[in-house]
Amino acid sequence: MAKISAKNINVYYGPKQALFDVDIDIPENDVTALIGPSGCGKSTFLRCLNRMNDTVAGCKVLGIIMVDGMDINASDQDVVQLRSWIGMVFQKPNPFPKSIYENVAYGPRIHQLVKTKSEMDDLVEHSLKKAGLFEEVKDRLNDPGTSLSGGQQQRLCIARTIAVNPEIILMDEPCSALDPIATARIEELIVELKDNFTIVIVTHSMQQAARVSSKTCFFHMGKVIEVGPTSKIFTNPQHQQTQDYITGRYG
Amino acid sequence: MIKAPENTWHHKRLRAEKRFRFYGASALSLAVLILVLLVGSLVWRGLNGFMQSQIQLPITFDQTALGAGEGADIHSLTPSHYMCLVKISLHQMFPEVADPTQLHDLYALVSTGGGISLKKTLQRNPAMLGQSKAVWVPVSSDADLYIKGVVTEKTPEIERSLSNQQIAWLKQLQEKKLVRRVFDRTFFERGDSRTPEEAGFLGAMMGSLLTLLICLAVVFPLGVMTAVYLEEFARPGKWVDIIEVNINNLAAVPSIVFGLLGLAVYINVLGMPRSSALVGGMTLAMMILPVIIITTRVSLKSIPRSIRDAALALGATPLQVVWHHTLPLSMPGIMTGTILGMARAIGETAPLLLIGMVAFVVDLPTGVTSSATVMPVQIYLWASSPEAGFSEKTAAGILVLLVLLLAMNALAIALRKRFEVRW
Repeated sequence: MAKISAKNINVYYGPKQALFDVDIDIPENDVTALIGPSGCGKSTFLRCLNRMNDTVAGCKVLGIIMVDGMDINASDQDVVQLRSWIGMVFQKPNPFPKSIYENVAYGPRIHQLVKTKSEMDDLVEHSLKKAGLFEEVKDRLNDPGTSLSGGQQQRLCIARTIAVNPEIILMDEPCSALDPIATARIEELIVELKDNFTIVIVTHSMQQAARVSSKTCFFHMGKVIEVGPTSKIFTNPQHQQTQDYITGRYG
Repeated sequence: MIKAPENTWHHKRLRAEKRFRFYGASALSLAVLILVLLVGSLVWRGLNGFMQSQIQLPITFDQTALGAGEGADIHSLTPSHYMCLVKISLHQMFPEVADPTQLHDLYALVSTGGGISLKKTLQRNPAMLGQSKAVWVPVSSDADLYIKGVVTEKTPEIERSLSNQQIAWLKQLQEKKLVRRVFDRTFFERGDSRTPEEAGFLGAMMGSLLTLLICLAVVFPLGVMTAVYLEEFARPGKWVDIIEVNINNLAAVPSIVFGLLGLAVYINVLGMPRSSALVGGMTLAMMILPVIIITTRVSLKSIPRSIRDAALALGATPLQVVWHHTLPLSMPGIMTGTILGMARAIGETAPLLLIGMVAFVVDLPTGVTSSATVMPVQIYLWASSPEAGFSEKTAAGILVLLVLLLAMNALAIALRKRFEVRW
């Protein structure tokens, strides 16, 4: 059974419709990539999954999104709980202007996941290790998170997300602001994390989708054109538009 | 080397640039010159206001002259009793003066406040009773102006309040080295007075302090809460737009209008005590409120959206986002705005005139409900007083006000620098 199942998603920004009847099933403990040209609605769809679109004025989401069989748009759904369950990593690394330690400790603290200081220390260390950052920062946990390099900042943001112990991690073009080496590092990390988390990644780079994901959705003009196993999409696409996009004819 | 093209168009634009730089530099120098003149003249005149001339008189603390019988309580004597001692001593110094009018002129050389300093001397040391001692006594404002050189003999006698005879006496005293100029501590120790040499600024300073405290206590929570609600919680729409336009309009309303509002609401409707720091502070709070709201909103706006997203995506509630992230991050901006707003409030006169803070208040304010005046109003009162001695008090008061304003602005800059967050 799919971890996330979206049916008939229509999204409007004021009078403008951004998504048209999107249907996607996202498998558990796997990486699903959303690809497509700029403005095709892939980020909008991603932000529906943890209801970040709630914070956008004039945005309206219609349709049903079931996560583990529960409707996340239900009126009695607690958004705060939902977001601790479905974490998100953004396009531009956005650490809080606080220490590295505080960046990771913030989520557990607001959800009161740990009771003592030593438990918190362990959780911070564990999260940083999982994000592959601990060795680089273990001697300077009190330095500001903003003093790290771009790639390190993005891994810090991943550690911060992991610390809340979500089941699903949404990634909105997490490597678009990073250099190739930092990108490779994050990609390795994504592959490592998929054993424990369901990951949905929006990416501009088809190579990245091919490297990290096992399922790919191709969006175009707010519609899902094609969904399928990554290998099939990239080697044997069924639609002409998909073919054109992955061969670099537009996008 | 790349050669400049030999066309007039190129030379023209280079000349235009030079011309523009010249205009800019001239405007700047003119502004600096005006500022230097302003501050210079204030300092020149104001520094005199901090000084007080005194003359030395041999005083005999004679019981009978004091009008106190054997065993009488010296504490019960008023300063005017002590003035008798001063007058006796002055008469002994110039025994040739006999005519009552002349004698009156002679006595007019010392300040009526001289009795107070004598009283203090005796109270500090009651054993002095019956003894003689050389005591420095403050001179009157007119004599003070002569000693400071503001009024000279060259001024026609008709135009000055000192007669030639009085100047002659002062000259004799100066020759005997019985005149000195000291720092006028009473300026920072007392409230207003009808006589310039006794007038102090402390009452106004305390009034300003109390008024500002009230103003801050009212305006800071009110302004910040309003701004946070408008910026972080209210759904953007028609109502928020209307409120925003109105707040911006309020910021431009002439301050005297707020004085009328304060008079109508606080004093007439709510029956609060007039002339009090409480009403003054609340009136100024209304005036500063839009400024605080606007600066707070601007600094909240300057927090990147990504920080809010990051916290929300971790499952923080909107209140936690404000409390843990946006508000602390925008605090430097909010504090800067608040201090600049306070700096505006400290220099405000017009609205306070309407709520009665222009009253002549001698006593130091004892609380927020007692009658008080504030520094700019005190300056206004002194500036409109006819006595020549008040003009240097005015300048001295302005100097104090300017120094405080500079200190507040420096604090605002220091806070901004100290807490500035770099992304």
